[in-house]
Amino acid sequence: MNGLLSVENLQTEFHTEEGRAVAVDGVSFTIAEGSSTALVGESGCGKSVTAMSIMRLIQSPPGYIRGGRVMFDGRDLLSLGEAEMRAVRGNDIAMIFQEPMTSLNPVLTIGYQIAEALRVHRSLGKREAWEAAVRMLELVEIPDPAERVATYPHQLSGGMRQRVMIAMALSCDPRLLIADEPTTALDVTIQAQILELMEALREKTGMALLLITHDLGVVAEHCEQVLVMYAGRVVEQGAVADVFAAPAHPYTRGLLRSLPRLGGSGKRLATIPGMVPPLDRLPSGCRFRDRCESAEAACAASDPQLQECGSGRTMACPLWCELGSLAATESRP
Amino acid sequence: MSTALLKTVSLVKSFSAAGNLFGRGGGTVHAVNDVSLEIKSGETLGIVGESGSGKSTLGRLMLRLLEPSAGRVEFDGVDLASLPRRELRRLRRRMQIVFQDPYASLNPRMRIGAIIAEGMRVHDLAPRAEVKQQVLDLMERVGLSRDVFDRYPHEFSGGQRQRVGIARALAVSPSFIVADEPVSALDVSIGAQILNLFIDLQEERKLTYAFISHDLRVIEHISHRVAVMYLGRVVELAPARSIYTSPRHPYTQALLSAVPTVEEKGRVERVVLGGEVPSPLNPPPGCAFHPRCPLAEERCRIEVPELKAQREDATHQSACHLR
Repeated sequence: MNGLLSVENLQTEFHTEEGRAVAVDGVSFTIAEGSSTALVGESGCGKSVTAMSIMRLIQSPPGYIRGGRVMFDGRDLLSLGEAEMRAVRGNDIAMIFQEPMTSLNPVLTIGYQIAEALRVHRSLGKREAWEAAVRMLELVEIPDPAERVATYPHQLSGGMRQRVMIAMALSCDPRLLIADEPTTALDVTIQAQILELMEALREKTGMALLLITHDLGVVAEHCEQVLVMYAGRVVEQGAVADVFAAPAHPYTRGLLRSLPRLGGSGKRLATIPGMVPPLDRLPSGCRFRDRCESAEAACAASDPQLQECGSGRTMACPLWCELGSLAATESRP
Repeated sequence: MSTALLKTVSLVKSFSAAGNLFGRGGGTVHAVNDVSLEIKSGETLGIVGESGSGKSTLGRLMLRLLEPSAGRVEFDGVDLASLPRRELRRLRRRMQIVFQDPYASLNPRMRIGAIIAEGMRVHDLAPRAEVKQQVLDLMERVGLSRDVFDRYPHEFSGGQRQRVGIARALAVSPSFIVADEPVSALDVSIGAQILNLFIDLQEERKLTYAFISHDLRVIEHISHRVAVMYLGRVVELAPARSIYTSPRHPYTQALLSAVPTVEEKGRVERVVLGGEVPSPLNPPPGCAFHPRCPLAEERCRIEVPELKAQREDATHQSACHLR
């Protein structure tokens, strides 16, 4: 495994009227060249802040990246100058967001907006860039690309706009695409189209994907690796198939059990009691202990760190890690 | 579950879409088109569909929060349209709605206790001295702690606000509740808590639900019967079990196969539909689904298929010429 992106001990905080909130607190992970990794967790767990920190798009003030390194291709992105960072964005790492309408300029044609990226990053001429834009629309399977290229964002549906965003993101052949909830605003049949397209394009171009989502079903079907975040920390990490077959951290287990699923006709759902604590009122020790069914007195005393738990998996719960064989965890206490 | 508590008969709601500045592009949108269905007492009818399918409009029509363009809604045998304002208001006590967005549906200037008590006061359901106690009991029941009685909505998370919305609906002891995407804005672990609350309350209070959602997984957990909508029409209507194990309509089949799941086994072959939901301003002739349908034939382009019972199972209705 070749590390393309390696985030080490990332720390991002926000200063608000109520005080300091550490939204991302010591997050570390690696993304291999050409791989697909999902970053999952509930609202406020820090997944989007992690992505925005990698791209250095945290608005400051109120946000500050306080520590850590973001190694991409041998360089620490956090130490680059603004001009160098601009060259990385779009060229090496591209990003797409949940709501394409807010990321597109409403008064410019989609062709102009795709071509602009090519002119800036690839120094293409006007005409060449326009032609390349048409090819990009073709790549993302927009029908009649030669005509659609001259339309404005409001003339397109949500699904088509997200295709345009993908075309724009891929126009400079990035090596990593960060997609922040790219299908959350879309209907399920359109979501299926977009996810399928992203997977096909990943195979075709060899780029790596960091997919941020709250939908565990999407993770199971479209990603190889998964990082589960809770209250600013990664609590479990591993191959999707392993983690979903035998989730180790009590939070991951609770999350998977509380998922409504097909075939669950008329059943009550298992739940995790309580809710995510606000960042300024985190409990001492393990941040999940208030909601955890296995919590013990020791959980309040020490802050659990991510540790190796068998084949390529790490997680932040000493209780469940000590139990050994992960495959057997479901039947344990 | 025997008699129909709520019944819609050939219900139609059309909106006229304003054109642009020059009067072009206007037209009529049939948001709900010829919908006839029944909800039995004590049952949950799940209404599922994508954006623009008309599911929320149908929910509002059921409560006469919108006036139908044609057809009628009967509640407990009474035609809602025939009721004078006063009596409609009396009947409204028995029908409530819980909205998707718990941020927009609670008055930010009212305290939690007052929000929940408002319906009781308006309908004069309890002597003044007892209102507070009843509100506190309700708060406890929906999982809100008693000491939040004097707090304001902005101090609460989405899940807690949704509990307030549910308590407010329950305050007038309704028999029928329209729940319009009540868990869609919530995180998974919170959504599960709220969904369970709906299930438990139904058992305790013999409630009847019309539960609207775009999420087939949520709908399956809560519904006894399911109506699948596409462009204003019900295309399939059947008991939940039967719709999930043997969907008949090609649209339902595609919708089910598009749901991302964490399970390996039981995975159906994915049918990724081409194209998008057509504009309701200009729906395709014949079966509205035909441009995206893998099975479409000549007939589907001309004739609108009727919702009719399946030969092998009379409780399972589908609107498809071929299925």
